[in-house]
Amino acid sequence: MSAVTVRISDDALALACGADAVAAAFAAAGCTVERVSSWGMHWLEPLADIDGHGFGPLTPDDVAAVLGGTSPLGIGRIEAHPFIARQERLTFARAGKTRPLSLDDYAATGGWAGLARARELGPEETIAEVTRSGLRGRGGAGFPAGIKWTTVAKARSARKYVVCNADEGDSGTFADRMVMEGDPFHLIEGMAIAGFAVGAQQGYVYIRSEYPHAIAKMRSAVERAASIIAPFQIEVRVGAGAYVCGEETSLLNSLEGKRGEVRAKPPLPALEGLFGQPTVVNNVLTLAAVPWVMAHGASRYAAVGFGRSRGTMPIQIAGNVRHGGLFEVGFGITLGELVMDIGGGTASGRPVRAVQVGGPLGAYHPPSDFHLPFDYEAFAAADALIGHAGISVFDDTVDLSAQARFAMQFCAVESCGKCTPCRIGSTRGVEAIDRIRARTGRAADRVETLPQMHNAQKGARTLPEDIALLTDLCETMKFGSLCALGGFTPYPVLSALRHFPEDFGLPALAQEAAE
Amino acid sequence: MSDRNAMTDQTELDRILAAHAGREGALLPILHDIQGAFGHVSEHAMRAIAGALNLSRAEVYGVVSFYHDFHAEPAPRPVIKLCRAESCQARGVEALAAAFAGETRVAIEPVYCLGLCSVGPNAMIGDALYARLDPARLSALVESVL
Repeated sequence: MSAVTVRISDDALALACGADAVAAAFAAAGCTVERVSSWGMHWLEPLADIDGHGFGPLTPDDVAAVLGGTSPLGIGRIEAHPFIARQERLTFARAGKTRPLSLDDYAATGGWAGLARARELGPEETIAEVTRSGLRGRGGAGFPAGIKWTTVAKARSARKYVVCNADEGDSGTFADRMVMEGDPFHLIEGMAIAGFAVGAQQGYVYIRSEYPHAIAKMRSAVERAASIIAPFQIEVRVGAGAYVCGEETSLLNSLEGKRGEVRAKPPLPALEGLFGQPTVVNNVLTLAAVPWVMAHGASRYAAVGFGRSRGTMPIQIAGNVRHGGLFEVGFGITLGELVMDIGGGTASGRPVRAVQVGGPLGAYHPPSDFHLPFDYEAFAAADALIGHAGISVFDDTVDLSAQARFAMQFCAVESCGKCTPCRIGSTRGVEAIDRIRARTGRAADRVETLPQMHNAQKGARTLPEDIALLTDLCETMKFGSLCALGGFTPYPVLSALRHFPEDFGLPALAQEAAE
Repeated sequence: MSDRNAMTDQTELDRILAAHAGREGALLPILHDIQGAFGHVSEHAMRAIAGALNLSRAEVYGVVSFYHDFHAEPAPRPVIKLCRAESCQARGVEALAAAFAGETRVAIEPVYCLGLCSVGPNAMIGDALYARLDPARLSALVESVL
């Protein structure tokens, strides 16, 4: 009898859930264990894949029952599971199926076909193809990738760079990590295509230091793929715990060995980026979408999507949710479908009260927003943003004034200090929210009572006045900050205030109670 | 510290600086190596880096103090990094952190996101990750680093 082959993920999340011990137990039971990428069904990790059938979440104690055919943890055929069957996986086509560092597995599943076609077409046609696909930057801003590449390609310089932004710091996001840990050659291929298209010699992947497994996998993969992508070269660089370095100009400063302070734009990084040279800065998911576009054609990619948001988005469902994980689907799916149908509501079993979309700089949504389609423009019209497409679900125990305070505090901790609205506004914001939460109001201080302070308030400030002050401060931060850290922190604060006024001591909105 | 230790430290420092010679944007990789080897970036090390990269000491200090990962002093206690970001908040990390507020034998430091946002609360010790923490599991982690 041949040994049973068991496939278990070696993704960081599976490891954190104890996948190594489960793998060791299967090996001890005489099975052949293959370590593959994660399917992205996180509530089932560690998940064992035996002949396409899934079992999870497993502990080493469950192994005997799984092999004996008596385990109640079976989920049937993995690809038939509704969470997987409902997806349209282009970027994550290999998730769960291949060994991340196997060049054979990568080539056998269509790897390098995109790079080969790009080399056939030549740089100009490659950029035209990416432009035609409608691919927009997946880091949050949604800027068309093809236009950015054109700018870099046309810039005259002997040295150009491709920088992959893998500083995935938003809470509720992990798609970049899953690409790097599960399918690193795919990202490398995307970078190599970008380098070929714009005429860059050197690529850098800037990975946050909180992702040690992604760093190790990418380093190893870059080494293995060096001859395939030559003459283009890639080096992995590691961040140092600064959230703001996810902002592209701050990231460039950090790569140059400087403080991660934001640069004023213009000049655009596409013209004066890393070391002053023309530089493509793209998010992991943008670059990882490129090989599929090149291999299968722009029109097939553009056929998927909604409005001006073309193609698929790897959406990350997280927080207090029953079925959390990676859900790649064409733009246009509604927020409610993602949270309720696919996510299954809260893990705690309590009602959903709020979901935050887009990380610490994203808005909080009440269930009355669940009709919103996942689309850059639709979210912008609702005073919200998709960001990196992470969704954090909260149940009804959440206090939105505490979440608003956290948003300001996070901004204060992570501000690079370059511009005043962000550096000082965030601290004043924490203080204002503290007063609102304590319902104390605030007496005028000694300076404010001076006769020459004509515009200062002379009496004690009331709760509505403190809220007006907070709103005003948010305006200043939104329009006066240099980058998205200070500029977008008002989104969670104002959305919490707008949708959940009762948490700030104001009357509740009438209709929301019915939801 | 004995002279002999100081000598091996100096050798290690020189080795790290030599390994990065001529590299573009070498400061962060150097600081990572030094922080990894010594557990902190001492004033002596900052002076040596400034010399090797032709920077002022103020520039090197400015970079060391900007990033959360670099420390001018060694950590006095073992460190557990507990994720305190929104997704872990939604899964109850604030109550968990409050329950361990009196734990003085280890430093439970906040970290903002480990990218395991669907299975929190999460923690990291060195490079090892731990998910689905509850008071009992975090207690066991605290004991494991002591």
